[in-house]
Amino acid sequence: MITTLSAVLTGLPAAEAVEPVAAVAATGAASAAWLLILLPLLSAAVLLLAGRRADGWGHLLGVAAPAASFLVGAIIAVQMLTSPVTERVQHLDLGSWITAGTFDLRVGLLADPLSVTFVLLITFVGSLIHVYSVAYMAEDVNRRRFFAYLNLFIAAMLLLVLADSYLLLFFGWEGVGLASYLLIGFWNHEVRQGHKVSGDQALDNSVAAKKAFVANRVGDLGMIVAMGLLFAHLGTVSFAGVNEGVASGALSTGMITAIGLMLLLAAVGKSAQFPLQSWLGDAMAGPTPVSALIHAATMVTAGVYLIVRSQPIFDATGDARLVVAVVGAITLLFGAIVGCAKDDIKKALAASTMSQIGYMMLAAGLGPLGYAIAILHLVGHGFFKAGMFLGAGSVMHAMRDEVDMRKFGALGRKMPLTYYTFMAGWLAIIGMWPFTGFFTKDPIIETAFIAQEGQTWQPWVFGSVALFGAALTAFYMSRLFFMTFEGKRRWEPDVEPHESPRLMTWPMLVLALGSVGFGVAFGWKGRLADWLVPVTGSVEHPAPVLPPALITWSVLILVLIAVGLAWQRYAASATVVPRTAPKASALTEAARDDLYQDKVNNGLLVIPGTYATRALVYADSAVVDGTVRAVARGTVAVGDLARRPQTGFVRQYAAMMAIGLVALVIIVLAVQS
Amino acid sequence: MIPEFVTPTVEWAPLTPVLFVLGAAVVGVLLEAFLPAGLRRPVQIGLSLLATGGALIAVAVLWGPVMDTGGYDVLGGSLIVDGPTLVAQGLIALLAMLSVLVMADRTAAKEDAFAPMVSASPGSDYERLALRRGMQQTEVYPLLLFATGGMLIFGSTGDLLTMFVALEVLSLPLYLLAGMARRRRLQSQEASLKYFLLGAFASALFIFGVALIYGATGSISFSGIAAAVPTPTGTEPLLLAGAVLLLTGLFFKVGAVPFHLWAPDVYQGAPTPITGFMAAATKVAAFLAILRVVYVMLYGLGWELTAVLWTVTIASMLVGTVAALVQNDIKRLLAYSSVAHAGFVLVGVTALDVRGPSSVLFYLLAYGLATVGAFAVISLVRERSASGGVTAEATSLGQWSGLGREHPVIGAAFVLFLLSFAGIPLTAGFVGKFAVFSAAVSGDAWPLALIGVLASAAAAFAYVKVIVAMYFPTTERTQGDGEESEAAPTSGAAGTTLVAAPARTTTVTVVRTEGWATVAIGVSAILTVLLGVLPGPVLDAIEQISLFLL
Repeated sequence: MITTLSAVLTGLPAAEAVEPVAAVAATGAASAAWLLILLPLLSAAVLLLAGRRADGWGHLLGVAAPAASFLVGAIIAVQMLTSPVTERVQHLDLGSWITAGTFDLRVGLLADPLSVTFVLLITFVGSLIHVYSVAYMAEDVNRRRFFAYLNLFIAAMLLLVLADSYLLLFFGWEGVGLASYLLIGFWNHEVRQGHKVSGDQALDNSVAAKKAFVANRVGDLGMIVAMGLLFAHLGTVSFAGVNEGVASGALSTGMITAIGLMLLLAAVGKSAQFPLQSWLGDAMAGPTPVSALIHAATMVTAGVYLIVRSQPIFDATGDARLVVAVVGAITLLFGAIVGCAKDDIKKALAASTMSQIGYMMLAAGLGPLGYAIAILHLVGHGFFKAGMFLGAGSVMHAMRDEVDMRKFGALGRKMPLTYYTFMAGWLAIIGMWPFTGFFTKDPIIETAFIAQEGQTWQPWVFGSVALFGAALTAFYMSRLFFMTFEGKRRWEPDVEPHESPRLMTWPMLVLALGSVGFGVAFGWKGRLADWLVPVTGSVEHPAPVLPPALITWSVLILVLIAVGLAWQRYAASATVVPRTAPKASALTEAARDDLYQDKVNNGLLVIPGTYATRALVYADSAVVDGTVRAVARGTVAVGDLARRPQTGFVRQYAAMMAIGLVALVIIVLAVQS
Repeated sequence: MIPEFVTPTVEWAPLTPVLFVLGAAVVGVLLEAFLPAGLRRPVQIGLSLLATGGALIAVAVLWGPVMDTGGYDVLGGSLIVDGPTLVAQGLIALLAMLSVLVMADRTAAKEDAFAPMVSASPGSDYERLALRRGMQQTEVYPLLLFATGGMLIFGSTGDLLTMFVALEVLSLPLYLLAGMARRRRLQSQEASLKYFLLGAFASALFIFGVALIYGATGSISFSGIAAAVPTPTGTEPLLLAGAVLLLTGLFFKVGAVPFHLWAPDVYQGAPTPITGFMAAATKVAAFLAILRVVYVMLYGLGWELTAVLWTVTIASMLVGTVAALVQNDIKRLLAYSSVAHAGFVLVGVTALDVRGPSSVLFYLLAYGLATVGAFAVISLVRERSASGGVTAEATSLGQWSGLGREHPVIGAAFVLFLLSFAGIPLTAGFVGKFAVFSAAVSGDAWPLALIGVLASAAAAFAYVKVIVAMYFPTTERTQGDGEESEAAPTSGAAGTTLVAAPARTTTVTVVRTEGWATVAIGVSAILTVLLGVLPGPVLDAIEQISLFLL
């Protein structure tokens, strides 16, 4: 087994270094890539514009759109698989967009293995979640609008991953932000039917939506600055142009690092990484399918996509890469620690998402060694995390929207399908062999242990963090799983848990298959990595500082210990899980409170910001408005003066004309002499 | 650049725009004498539209040849048909045509804007007789055509005497027209007299300037004067004084400070369709004349005249703007706004840049369309007495409160014209302002552009004030209001209840008419938007042809 495990690693990169291939003009199915975006966008438009008239059939159209996009994406993928490697990066030019002087930005889509991988993930998981939502939102009077927003999200996300320039990507980037905002705050009003929402909750939901929006905005600032720097120094924002410019050495290393850090800021905002992670937990206010699709499987991974897509920039700057890895490592631990303490099943899952994206960031920060495995973990995570969110939704459906795990327990027997599919996700995320997580996370841990040139402490730190993170992951996910499905029942006597309808369980089943099989199917022998080589390239692979087999075995043993610990604490027959959270150690209390991130933000940003705003408002009304008002009063006073000669007497008008004339003659003669 | 040919025969073709209009005016006078009363109105309107339309077509036909040859020198330099002439003639013909439409409009009671018998004092037996007989004042159409003909020549002539004659030909009918209002007759007649007296004064200054220039240079033709200016003779003070006097006459016509004092009184008193025509078309003609004087005749004096031009330009922008801010009567507001606009157009003149003429002409197009349209709207906003009869125009701003909500389409059109005045993007006014200011910047006259931008910003307040009143009324519209009005003589009943004084209560409404004015408003509005969104073709066309022929 040791050898097979090691083979995962050695099989990952191709034996020799391979450069990314250049883009060729799109042919065949890839030239219809615009359909991918257009279909869900049209559907969203129809659903929004048709209004209540579409209530009857809106959800069907809403499901059909991403499914159709998936078909198109699958055809493109098949065509790509059958074409030679050098022709797999295809560029589809859609015409001129902005022309100003020498700046000519064209709109185009990039269909390459990386974007197609994302397309398949987004449309496949997206379609399943759409199907699930049909049942989950069945009793909501605004289901049509929900589907419109979901479709809008799909379209924007596809635009994000297919764009061929930073500017076009930014449109998708903002589009997903908008969709996320709309969906987090979907229940921003009292709802009495279906999923009941009280007035207070509605208010919380809208605050959560705003929080997500504002945090994202901070990241967007980074994106805009990065684009500005690229444009100022290279005169282009297209990926191809930037690649060329960086390769040509037109940028100083310092500038590249600055651009890289700005891109990282963008990624940190979108992907809920430290220190902009605080919005993700609150984002769970949205309906659960939204959490599954946007805040687990796809949108939050856009930051990782951005880093991998900006590979030429990060390849050229070891410093920025190091910061990426550090951010990833911090978030990885941060999310895991928070996840250990949360009692809200969705918030625990959100903390876990944060932590898993930390893994991806860490991998992406490892540079050419890590890009492909970051994407591998990203896709695998898309399956098992979406599956678990849907499972959590199913549990909530059964428990009258209860999210407190302390009021769950022993649900496994009541809802077997949810139980087994969730179990698949659980085993996958903790990295149990042979489930998906093992094949996607283990390479990250092993790569983290590799000392790249000139590195001393880095492999030991990153490697240990990744290793310890895996153990923590196993503990908090097992805690979540056991508290929900095992142990003693702690729910209210009048609650009658029941299995969810088929429209909900089937997508969960499909995703569970992904949790079980994706890793072995695509991670084994580095299949996905090979597929991505035309985009990410590959490099020689040095050996880790510890033997790979040792790492793998340590991970597995730590995971088993953590699971055992969790079992002993939350599921063993002798234990009693209190129905309200007991007083706990300082660390636990801190973790329950998101490690005081909100308080830090409040103290550092919000309160000073509020005071600064107040001061500005005061200055604005007193100084700026005061000046304006004074000018206005002065102007009016002058105006009154100006109409004073308007007496109505012709003799006076004529005299004024004569005086004016004389004045002009004097002026002209004075100037002339 | 002086063309050497001298034409022994009259070239009729380049004269056609002028001939159409003046010919139709003469025919119109004859028709007044011979046609039966009932037929006069339709025939005169048809003739006027035909003449102005014919002039437009003639301009279009001449466009190509003039672009190829650079222009014609007709009648020994009395008329110079070059690019700017054609553009200005086209503008004047278009604005005159729209003005004819506004003039022709009548309310349901078949009342147009003109008094049926002008000499009768209001309320007299004569007046009642005229009303009973349903008399219509149809001489206004030939008068308008005469004025238009004068305008067509005014800026297009190559010598000072013809220019003076044209000045009188365009002015005299306007003096008459200004005094012919059906409502508020005395105010109208006062305006007419004021306009006449001050106009005569300005004409005297003008002709005195001509005399001094002739004395200094020995020539009255532009080319002769232009040739004589650079030669030092010791008579420069004479020449300069003459130039200032001449310009004074022209500044009077465009209403530039400090020769603007007539404008508010006359704009307010004149019949509204005439006010629109006067404000729009006269400015085109007079500015072309100013351009020709500054850019052709006195180009050699350019730098000496700079101080005068700058003074007048800046004063016009500032005085027009600040005075517009404190007006409560919509017609007076637009009058002061026209003073400010004269200043903005002068920025393009004062730039002394190669892009000056084309920017000035485009600005005049934008301003003219918005002006005709805005005054057409004003002519439709009327007071309605308690008995239901439509009476005078409601020009007090207080009466316009809430109007935009009750009459959304007309209200939107008026807002559009105001925005164009203010120079808000996507309207023609913005493009015009941009053109003149950028001409100023490229002509190294950036302080003018700066003051212009500041003045535009301040002026926007005056326009937005109207828009706010129209759409966001603070109180219910005051009935028969007069307390805010600077000049409206009707007064008193503000705030009184219906029970207390029902007879004096009036309401304000957009009247239903035969629809002619609505057509003019529609055309103006569409062109204003079109020129704001897609100014390129028109700007290019004007720029390509904007070279003066000496």
